[in-house]
Amino acid sequence: MQNETDKEYAVKSLHSAPLSWVDKYADYLYGFAMLRLRNEDVAKDLVQDTFLAGLQRLDRFEGNSEEKTWLTAILKNKIADFYRKRSTSTLKDLNVTDAEHEQQDFFDAESGHWNEKHRPQAFGLEVDNPLMMKELGSILNECLAKLPGLWFSVFSMKHMDDLTSELICTELKLTAANFWVIMHRTKLNLRACLQKNWN
Amino acid sequence: MTSALKNMIYNCKQATFLIEKRIAGKITAAETLLLHVHLAGCSVCRTYQQQSMLINKVFISFENNDFKLDEAFKKTLIEKIEKEIIKN
Repeated sequence: MQNETDKEYAVKSLHSAPLSWVDKYADYLYGFAMLRLRNEDVAKDLVQDTFLAGLQRLDRFEGNSEEKTWLTAILKNKIADFYRKRSTSTLKDLNVTDAEHEQQDFFDAESGHWNEKHRPQAFGLEVDNPLMMKELGSILNECLAKLPGLWFSVFSMKHMDDLTSELICTELKLTAANFWVIMHRTKLNLRACLQKNWN
Repeated sequence: MTSALKNMIYNCKQATFLIEKRIAGKITAAETLLLHVHLAGCSVCRTYQQQSMLINKVFISFENNDFKLDEAFKKTLIEKIEKEIIKN
């Protein structure tokens, strides 16, 4: 009987924080994941996995860092795992010559000049107009969501997490040549998508 | 000018590749020169470069709170956590 109360007490004090996690951190963690995934279902799954993993490791949380920082670190690892898995499964199917081939649609195969219909045109954008920039941002978000997963991982690791190209190549098992082909293709596609959907 | 060099200078595919490489990494002195000459004569690639940098700027300006979880999902999350706590 005494044991029972002790146990109850221990559970209560240990777990008093986790019950407030969703209120305190779910939106933040979801935003963190969405910035790096642009996929609602995957982001939700990883946030849930993060909380559950946090529960499993509660005894190892020593309170040295903020709960939020600690949970974010767990989520970061989960995103990195997801990137790695996605890369391995994509690379099996990814043929760089295919990539090059697709790119030739933007440019004339012989001369490397822009093909008429892909030629960049001015967006007619006022960069100091916040409403216009917001609109551009939401179109860009849609374009980002349409990118092949591996390309988005590469682009996000480079620009969101500011990692070096060497580190990204190691993480995702890419060659340097592959990395730059992907960076180039990604930007060509994003730009074309913006031009198509702007106005 | 040799035609090989001409082809290199007037190649927009190559130029846009170098633009990306310069933005996200680094390019050699020879590549810098090549790109410089190309951009001086190619307004289309200058537009590309401007828009490419704009895309990066907009991309890094997104924030966590641009994305919000729906309440229904939060509710199921809380339930799952409660269940997990009881289980242990």
